[in-house]
Amino acid sequence: MNTWSWGYVGDILPDLLKGLGVTVEATVLGSLVSFALGLVWALALRSPSRWVTWPVGAVVEFVRNTPLLVQLFFLFFVLPSWGLTFSPLVTGVIGLGLHYSTYTAEVYRAGIDGVPAGQWEAAVALNLPRRRTWTAVILPQALRRVVPALGNYVIAMFKDTPMLAAITVGDMLFQANTIGATTFDYMEPITVVGALFIVISYPTSLLLRALERRLVR
Amino acid sequence: MSADTHLPKDAAPGGTELIRFDRVTKRFGAHTVLDALDFTVSAGKHVTLIGPSGSGKTTILRLLMTLLKPDEGTIKVGDAYLTHEEKGGRLIPAGEKHIREVRKNIGMVFQQFNLFPNMKVLRNITEAPVHVLGLGKDEAEERARGLLDLVGLTAHLDKYPTQLSGGQQQRVAIARALAMRPQVLLLDEVTSALDPELVAGVLDVLRDIARTTDITMLCVTHEMSFARDISDDVLMFDAGRVIESGPPEKIFTDPEHERTREFLGAVL
Repeated sequence: MNTWSWGYVGDILPDLLKGLGVTVEATVLGSLVSFALGLVWALALRSPSRWVTWPVGAVVEFVRNTPLLVQLFFLFFVLPSWGLTFSPLVTGVIGLGLHYSTYTAEVYRAGIDGVPAGQWEAAVALNLPRRRTWTAVILPQALRRVVPALGNYVIAMFKDTPMLAAITVGDMLFQANTIGATTFDYMEPITVVGALFIVISYPTSLLLRALERRLVR
Repeated sequence: MSADTHLPKDAAPGGTELIRFDRVTKRFGAHTVLDALDFTVSAGKHVTLIGPSGSGKTTILRLLMTLLKPDEGTIKVGDAYLTHEEKGGRLIPAGEKHIREVRKNIGMVFQQFNLFPNMKVLRNITEAPVHVLGLGKDEAEERARGLLDLVGLTAHLDKYPTQLSGGQQQRVAIARALAMRPQVLLLDEVTSALDPELVAGVLDVLRDIARTTDITMLCVTHEMSFARDISDDVLMFDAGRVIESGPPEKIFTDPEHERTREFLGAVL
């Protein structure tokens, strides 16, 4: 019962890899949502109007300071009663993306603040319109600075995807749990899930560090 | 405020008034940097502002570039107020649209160059002509090439600013400002951030521009020999006031004010 069986590992690996595919899919889509939404928050929080900054600030703080798992349950169990029904994966992607957007917003804020005042001043001196100043001068420089920090949140999100198992998304942990429930042997499936996580997240973090050295000169 | 801050209207032939500061006050917190300052600059003149640091010279340039707003007083460029607009016969604080319209007559070169590091040299120069003046890409590039030729950097148009020396970057910044064909060029200690051996190249370019164009220059510098070379007028500032002004021959050789003598004694 408690001895490690490679044969068993071989049997369950296809299902776990299928789960890995779902995990990666959720991470990639969730990241894209968080990148886009985070930028929206960051720009909205710079609005001169309190009617924009106050509600956006409240939403961002609320989402950031409540647990992801609670948010996932809310999206999964409460929204359908309002007539909004999504597949578990889409619900998970929305949940991950929304939750992490409150962190990426902070990353963008720091990146935008890091652009020297002289860049804004040069844009004024050249009479560049505000929109053009953002799109051609400020954001390209800010985004370059934030790539490594955004990457770190992608890894963090990757490691949070097992929470999606709780809302029946067929990710790695969900698969491992399903296997264990039928075989009553959890050691191999859960261990392999852990191994697959580190096999992906550690090289990715090394890659990010290399990228950081290239981008931040 | 008092008569001594009033400059005599310049009597240059054909020189019409282009810039007018009228009782402009600027405070930073409790510190009054400019105190009801009056002065005028005629079109085509090259005016150098000198004086100890903190005397308000750079503040004047930043007010003109609308990077700062005056607390009191008005600034006029040509016929239009930079700080205000006229509505129903009354002066009200200028809106963004009005400011943009007046501001297009003014260009500025900064101490720290402030080139856009995400754009190559050529695009640094064409960006505003294309997106502000509405020039076609080809026309803007042709203009940029001409200006790069003027500042001696044609070979570098395909490089990023960080690949250039400070002196080269500053020459690109000069070309970038000129590409907008401003009536007024503001030069804010443009050689202060440069290694000594790179200063001459930048000053040569500016001398060239001063000699060959009719652009009005307002210059804050610590390079007194340069100031002497290009200036029609030198304004000596102290504590937010013009305490003395005149042609460079007069100011540099026979200043009237004791503070001017002290200052020149310290920097020359």
